[in-house]
Amino acid sequence: MSISETENPRGSVADRVRDALPRLVLSPTVAIVAIFVYGFILFTLYLSFTDSRILPSFGWVGWQNYENLFRIRAWDTAVSNLVIFGVLYIAICCALGLLLAILLDQRIRAEGFIRTIYLYPMALSFIVTGVAWKWFLDPGIGIEAVVQGWGWTDFKFNWIKDREMAIYTIVIAAVWQTSGFVMAMFLAGLRGIDSEMMKAAQIDGASTFALYRRIVIPQLRPAFMSAFVVLAHMAIKSYDLVIALTGGGPGTATELPATFMYSYTFTRNQMGIGAASAVIMLMTIAAIIVPYLWSELREKK
Amino acid sequence: MATATKSRSFSAARFVLYALLALFCIYYLLPLYVMLVNSLKPLSEITAGGMMALPQDWTIAPWLSAWSTAQVGVEATGLRPYFLNSIIMVVPAVALSTLVGALNGYVLTKWTFRGATVVFGLLLFGCFIPFQMVLIPMARMLGLMGLAGSVTGLIFVHFVYGIGFSTLYFRNYYAAFPTELVRAAQIDGAGFFRIFWRILLPSSGPIAVVCIIWQFTNIWNDFLFGASFSDFSSQPMTVALNNLVQSSTGVKEYNVHFAGAIMAALPTLLVYIVAGRYFVRGLMAGSVKG
Repeated sequence: MSISETENPRGSVADRVRDALPRLVLSPTVAIVAIFVYGFILFTLYLSFTDSRILPSFGWVGWQNYENLFRIRAWDTAVSNLVIFGVLYIAICCALGLLLAILLDQRIRAEGFIRTIYLYPMALSFIVTGVAWKWFLDPGIGIEAVVQGWGWTDFKFNWIKDREMAIYTIVIAAVWQTSGFVMAMFLAGLRGIDSEMMKAAQIDGASTFALYRRIVIPQLRPAFMSAFVVLAHMAIKSYDLVIALTGGGPGTATELPATFMYSYTFTRNQMGIGAASAVIMLMTIAAIIVPYLWSELREKK
Repeated sequence: MATATKSRSFSAARFVLYALLALFCIYYLLPLYVMLVNSLKPLSEITAGGMMALPQDWTIAPWLSAWSTAQVGVEATGLRPYFLNSIIMVVPAVALSTLVGALNGYVLTKWTFRGATVVFGLLLFGCFIPFQMVLIPMARMLGLMGLAGSVTGLIFVHFVYGIGFSTLYFRNYYAAFPTELVRAAQIDGAGFFRIFWRILLPSSGPIAVVCIIWQFTNIWNDFLFGASFSDFSSQPMTVALNNLVQSSTGVKEYNVHFAGAIMAALPTLLVYIVAGRYFVRGLMAGSVKG
């Protein structure tokens, strides 16, 4: 419980300042968040209903920007790319992360060392990851050239130059970056599982496979939830990786909502449409994050 | 909770297990290996198609070029000025957001008031918004404040959006700190700040490390804010690296690009190697638990 509520009825000014001090200390943060998070959200929301182009302008146009947005082909591409990218990214990261966590959970020698190797890409920026993978995927010098150099002269791996396949290269690089982190989350989950139950099942003669399928994995539900929320949130925000890896190309083949927003706002001078696309991104993230935060904060009590 | 393997198939199963683990080690290390090896080769060896091979002719010329002579944008300054920009940006932004986070966490756990949970919830949601939502008003705000296109502006932006996470860390940490100690100190006549400096802060080492690492990695690795709010003189390392790699003039100097990429990765990589345990804890706390 709070300490500050011990009221002093005959308080002097100094006393009252002392009583209010904690709230005074917190107030700059409250002000900053009110302005720079919620105020800014309202501002962008407002802009999305205006005819802003190069600069914010305040001519009200109603739902016009949203109607236009959904007619733009690049936005269509961006949304369907996000679905492809998001689904594959989340699914592969979870599968790989779970596999690695289970492998590492078998009383491995040098576990800490191996874990360190699996996790380090997370310390790198998406720009570095993007730059690195850009060249491996480049048919001229990367994997294709290397394998051809080994003798398979008709080996082809030019997804990054291929309009149909380029979005999958984003998945490849993003999975490399994040799967180790998902492994760490699952490993933490595995370590928290009741070992009594495991022993009982083993005595009953359950195979390792059955043990995992029936007992362990169902108990990892909270870890799955957390992984899903984190990954979905990262997928929706993905910007740097696309910029460094493909620049959104070839053409608009790897456009995502985040890159779409940036280019419409800052290079195509369609700020109203850019703001509308940002609002949609916010709504999507809020739909995932708010219920999650809600349950987490309520559990705390 | 490891499972005991049946002794009969012990060695074979173990062999497969370790082989798989080693295979994944290669998968995660390969890009780093390729970057490192190719940053120490002359360009001709790379274009001749030996990306995996060790250099025949070892050279540090690409590193020197990436650091001080490569063309980034208009001028051939190398990445050095941008590396310095990143350092000048990251140190105050981390220090400020951590300090404010510590104070906030202290208030939110030891001096709670009605509505504190709501304040915290709103703060927390602010951590997760897509920053695309604040780019336009922030650009305008920085202009009004006279901070557009400056490193100071970037410091400010990172400070503002760093508060949420740092508060989250300290709040969760201080929640477990015995309130009786605070109360006893108060009875002894210690005030708000004295309790903070003398009692809470001295025991905050572990969480401060986690928070500093988290903020450092996030701010150092940021690209969106850097690309949106900096000009040529104030670009951070990530933006400069991207410019170096994307610049379309002349021959693509892959070896220089690889050297530059490692330079951009080095500070956070170093932190990870030195304080990996805290890095992981930061990741988990920052993204898993509210």
